[in-house]
Amino acid sequence: MLAKRIIPCLDVNAGRVVKGVNFVELRDAGDPVEVARRYDEQGADEITFLDITASSDARDTIIHVVEQVAEQVFIPLTVGGGVRTVEDVRRLLNAGADKVSINTAAVNNPQVVAEASGKVGSQCIVVAIDAKQTAPGKWQVFTHGGRNNTGLDAIEWACRVESLGAGEILLTSMDRDGTKSGFDLALTRAISDAVRIPVIASGGVGNLDHLADGVSQGGADAVLAASIFHFGEHTVREAKELMRRRGIEVRL
Amino acid sequence: MGSVAIIDYGMGNLRSVCKAIEHVGPDAEVRVTSDPAVVKAAGRVVFPGQGAMPDCMKELDARGLRPAVLEAAATKPFLGICIGLQMLFRHSEEGDVPGLGVFPGEVRRFPASRMVSPTGERLKVPHMGWNEVRQVGAHPLWSDIPKDDRFYFVHSYYVEPADSSVIAAETDYGLRFTSAVAKDNIVAVQFHPEKSAHSGLQLLANFLRWKP
Repeated sequence: MLAKRIIPCLDVNAGRVVKGVNFVELRDAGDPVEVARRYDEQGADEITFLDITASSDARDTIIHVVEQVAEQVFIPLTVGGGVRTVEDVRRLLNAGADKVSINTAAVNNPQVVAEASGKVGSQCIVVAIDAKQTAPGKWQVFTHGGRNNTGLDAIEWACRVESLGAGEILLTSMDRDGTKSGFDLALTRAISDAVRIPVIASGGVGNLDHLADGVSQGGADAVLAASIFHFGEHTVREAKELMRRRGIEVRL
Repeated sequence: MGSVAIIDYGMGNLRSVCKAIEHVGPDAEVRVTSDPAVVKAAGRVVFPGQGAMPDCMKELDARGLRPAVLEAAATKPFLGICIGLQMLFRHSEEGDVPGLGVFPGEVRRFPASRMVSPTGERLKVPHMGWNEVRQVGAHPLWSDIPKDDRFYFVHSYYVEPADSSVIAAETDYGLRFTSAVAKDNIVAVQFHPEKSAHSGLQLLANFLRWKP
């Protein structure tokens, strides 16, 4: 059977891995190649880099990071953060990324999803959706770290990006992100049931059971987490062992 | 160890395949090439692919690579990966196009009606992620790779060989499909060894050592 995936997410700022809580007090957490290799050794199924580089003159550093990691770590690599155009997608893929995630640019110009998947294939295009609950059973799509409400209904938007050619959805609950209180399982379930492409649950993981809940209750195909792995609280292997004990198919 | 040509027909990035082969074969001379002469001169040939098969066939012909691929498939150690496996077959449902016809059989889309797991869960297409590869028979490609080990897949179509004797591995996803074929000097896999961590690298190392 196909295994459910565990994906550690690394924030990269100007070529270095950084970690912090809610984007404050960012601390240097090492060389991306070293960190990626460590997660690979622990059994990570994929790795995601989120480029949070703010200054435009340092933006190209992510290209070099991807090149170096792809030379030495042989598992799938997804890169997101600041991807605006098909040219951005192509440059990241040429550097060695397997998938590129598009967030705000897809909201601003949905055609970029169609154009990118038409050019490089759906399997390379992930659309990242940041959602916040606005009423019971209702979620809307936000951008700019949860500050900007687009007015789009999250479920409708997920179906729309699927029809535009997205190969996968990275779904983050902005209500839960950074809270360590677990995924928004109702949101995850609603999106996962609405689309036929894989859904990655993100935002709110505080313990290993939360990861398993995302799959067993949320219906996610993959789970993404940052802080529980970065701060050495848990390894990817421990997460997989717990998921297996809970009857979830994993690669161990 | 000799030279390895990775055939580049302009469909996607071959950097990962190249780096993975260099990683396991530091002495091999690895070249990513769209030059038929380089393919002809190579000791071993890797035939990767991603995207849609009709586009892949068109780009292959646009570069005049078809004769060189067919010659390599007939004469030297040859590894097909993903669409590179599918293109070896006679015909694909994807875009209703003919393939290279090295193997009789069809390339089919995962049928929506069968996309249910044994536990009743709805299965997504593309088939994306790590799945078990059940080795059929012994082959040097599987040397030092545990039975039923997991490899990384990304695809919506699978091959259905007319001759079951070429099946080298099978995988379950709604239905049981052929995830690797082997015949004479050809091996070809549906999954991505270059993205399959330790086992994928082992498979590539086995290919570099293989003397069919």
